[in-house]
Amino acid sequence: MPLPGYLIGVAALLVLALTALLPRRIRSGTVVIYGGSLVVTAVLFAAAAWHLLANAAGLSLSLPLGVPWLGANFRLDALSAFILVVIDFGAAAASYYALGYGRHEHEPMRVLPFYPVFLAAMNLVVLADDAFAFLLSWEMMSLASWALVMSHHQVPGNARAGYVYIVMASIGTFALLMAFGLMAGDIGDYTFAAMRAHASERTATGVVLALALFGAGSKAGLAPFHVWLPLAHPAAPSHVSALMSGVMTKVAVYGFLRIVFDLLGTPVWWWGIPVLATGAVTAVIGALLGLMQNDLKRVLAYSTIENIGVIFIALGLALGFQSHGYSAAAALALTAALFHVLNHSLFKSLLFFGSGALLTATGERNMARLGGLLNRMPMTGLFMLVGCVAISALPPFNGFVSEWLAFQAILLSPVLSSWALKLMIPAVGAMLALAAALAGAAYVRVFGIAFLGRPRSDAATNATEVDRFSVTAMAALGILCLAAGVFPGVVIDALEPLVRQLLGTAMAHQSQLGWLAIAPIAESRSSYDGLLVFLFITTSALLAAVIIHRFASDQTRIAPPWDCGFPQNDPATQYTPESFAQPVRRVFSGFGFAASEAVDMPRPGDLRPAHFELKLKDLIWDYGYQPVVNTVFGIADALNRLQFLTIRQYLSLVFAALVFLLLALAIWT
Amino acid sequence: MGGLYFDIAHLFAGGLVLISFILLYQDRLYALLNVFALQAFVLALSVAWQAYVQDAPHLYITAGITIAFKAVAIPVALHRMVARLGVHREVETVVRLVPTMLAGIALVALSMVVMLRVTGGADPLAREDLAFALSVVLLGLLMMVTRSNAVSQVVGFMSLENGLILAATGAKGMPLVVEISVAFSILIALIVIGIFLFRIRERFDSVDLQVLDDYRGEAR
Repeated sequence: MPLPGYLIGVAALLVLALTALLPRRIRSGTVVIYGGSLVVTAVLFAAAAWHLLANAAGLSLSLPLGVPWLGANFRLDALSAFILVVIDFGAAAASYYALGYGRHEHEPMRVLPFYPVFLAAMNLVVLADDAFAFLLSWEMMSLASWALVMSHHQVPGNARAGYVYIVMASIGTFALLMAFGLMAGDIGDYTFAAMRAHASERTATGVVLALALFGAGSKAGLAPFHVWLPLAHPAAPSHVSALMSGVMTKVAVYGFLRIVFDLLGTPVWWWGIPVLATGAVTAVIGALLGLMQNDLKRVLAYSTIENIGVIFIALGLALGFQSHGYSAAAALALTAALFHVLNHSLFKSLLFFGSGALLTATGERNMARLGGLLNRMPMTGLFMLVGCVAISALPPFNGFVSEWLAFQAILLSPVLSSWALKLMIPAVGAMLALAAALAGAAYVRVFGIAFLGRPRSDAATNATEVDRFSVTAMAALGILCLAAGVFPGVVIDALEPLVRQLLGTAMAHQSQLGWLAIAPIAESRSSYDGLLVFLFITTSALLAAVIIHRFASDQTRIAPPWDCGFPQNDPATQYTPESFAQPVRRVFSGFGFAASEAVDMPRPGDLRPAHFELKLKDLIWDYGYQPVVNTVFGIADALNRLQFLTIRQYLSLVFAALVFLLLALAIWT
Repeated sequence: MGGLYFDIAHLFAGGLVLISFILLYQDRLYALLNVFALQAFVLALSVAWQAYVQDAPHLYITAGITIAFKAVAIPVALHRMVARLGVHREVETVVRLVPTMLAGIALVALSMVVMLRVTGGADPLAREDLAFALSVVLLGLLMMVTRSNAVSQVVGFMSLENGLILAATGAKGMPLVVEISVAFSILIALIVIGIFLFRIRERFDSVDLQVLDDYRGEAR
């Protein structure tokens, strides 16, 4: 499809947003908006996927819109085509899911007009080829998603989430603006083509890297700029949460890739270090804090932070290898990062769809009030299980492949000549392993508490399976998670053109290897065969099940009554989310959240109930953000007196400012 | 262009600054208005001289507008307002006169230093003109800051605008349409301010802005 086709698709989404304002019955509005979004994004997805797979030539287009001397420039290359695939597939899936889920929305007019705008803005960010178009659509994306976060503003906490989000988003955009300004430099040409052409004569590249890491990283959820994410993502309706977590964070990763890998020029040796450090800290913090949450959607949001950390670790590796001239290793790391971008968009959307299904069925997000849902919602349970296994990076699903590729890249680090990187990368690898293990624990907890055991509330007892649209959307994503894990070579080969575009080289073609195996470096060193692993796991699991059923379950057993681990038949005797997290909480207490537990045990004979109190602190908020917030409010309070001056005092202020500037001019020149 | 042209332009521009000082010194309203009319008249002369020197006939129109509006219409209107408000006897000083005059001198020195330095290579006539114009603007602002009577603040505002006109005519090439629209907006501003003056007076029995502040509970 030619480039105007994509822009027409974006325009169609914007028009769709306007039609949401037409008065009509709520039911038909939901169908029109989500159906329309589904059609448009499906077409865009197909076109972008074709562009990527056919390795078509880049397209560009300049429209006489916007700033007169700049116009509006658009371009579609392999990188933007890949991100478009991620965006539009996630958007199409979310739209399809919302055909069912959106019916339960209480105030659809707070969601419907902004939803297509959000999709259109994300598409535009990726297509933009100058700083102005990029920042405009970036900000449009922030504002539309903010409106969606605020759609349930009556719920306690959501208004604060929206506030924190909009503040962080504005500061992030500001940082990106500064980054583009520095890159345009003296030439003052804000097209990406010009920035790319003048990359060699650029100074202050380190500052641009820091600004990009902050601007794009705060959108993606990099620590310590992640605080808004676990507040804002769960606050939106579930299909929007899926888009924000699964897709919008990928647009942020795209922003970082575009600036640092494409526009900024050849990497300097130390560029990898800050990226690796923030990535590693982000991964561990996300995994650790996610394990402490009881709100299902908040667990998923923290897990997004963890996955973004994984992606940035791989990006940092790619920067480190590339700056030392090991392009092949850099290509491996970058492929791992991009593969994980795709994977995370698949399974995070799936998990948010699942949490939305639970929300529809039970009205509960708190895991402590769920339980035993596998019998009541078998399809949702099955696909949630798929999502949980995939995101825990277990074979044969897709999460394993990308993290395995990242570890392969980490194992290559001894070739580097820089001692800083040589010492740092193994430590980062250890943190990545820790994060992966913690994420696994978090998802065992999610699935075990929500779906296994017995229901902990009436709502969970009376839950029934959700509508067909939701189940189909989850099924499609679950199957894709499996497919990408079983046939990873296909994905790696599809990523080849954009890795080549960004680094000048790419991983070897994987399709020549037999049995659909992949070998990141050389077959003699390490290889992975998703299909074989899948077949082995399936057969051995089936065999085990048959043996157990044939020889164990069918036997008649005699057992004491009311026992079997449940001498008391109360659901409260089961593991709770808090008790499941307790070991990890105790081990990491000082590091992450200064947990304090207090047990109030009544003396024998005393009839009052015992109390257990658990307090968790957010150390990053308390020590990183609270001082800043206090300072800002302090200054604002001090300046508040300016609101109540007399007319003459205001005039005097203006006058004093003028005289001061003139004096400065007189002294300066 | 001989020395005489330059000297005469210099004379008028310097005259404007001098009259600004007189404005700053006057604490009686009628006298203030008369001096303001005088300043507008000198401005008109200066503009007309520039028109002659630069051979730019449209500046004669500017000069005509200045005389008609600033030297006649506005002072007359303000005279009548002061008479109707009955404030012609009021003496108002917020800052004492001597410090004000000293500040004015400092401001003129500052604007000279800044302008003569910044406009290094420009036409000497334009340089002097700009320096004087900036002085007039600063003195107008100083007057607005140091006076509390609403009428004298209006006069300060108008004399500030005189400085702008002086700068614009000296710089060669201000379009006529800009000048006319500025003149009319000043006139409209006068009308609006006049209405406000009467409203304030009706409400507070005074046109001293201090009363407004007292009303807001801002004790000084």
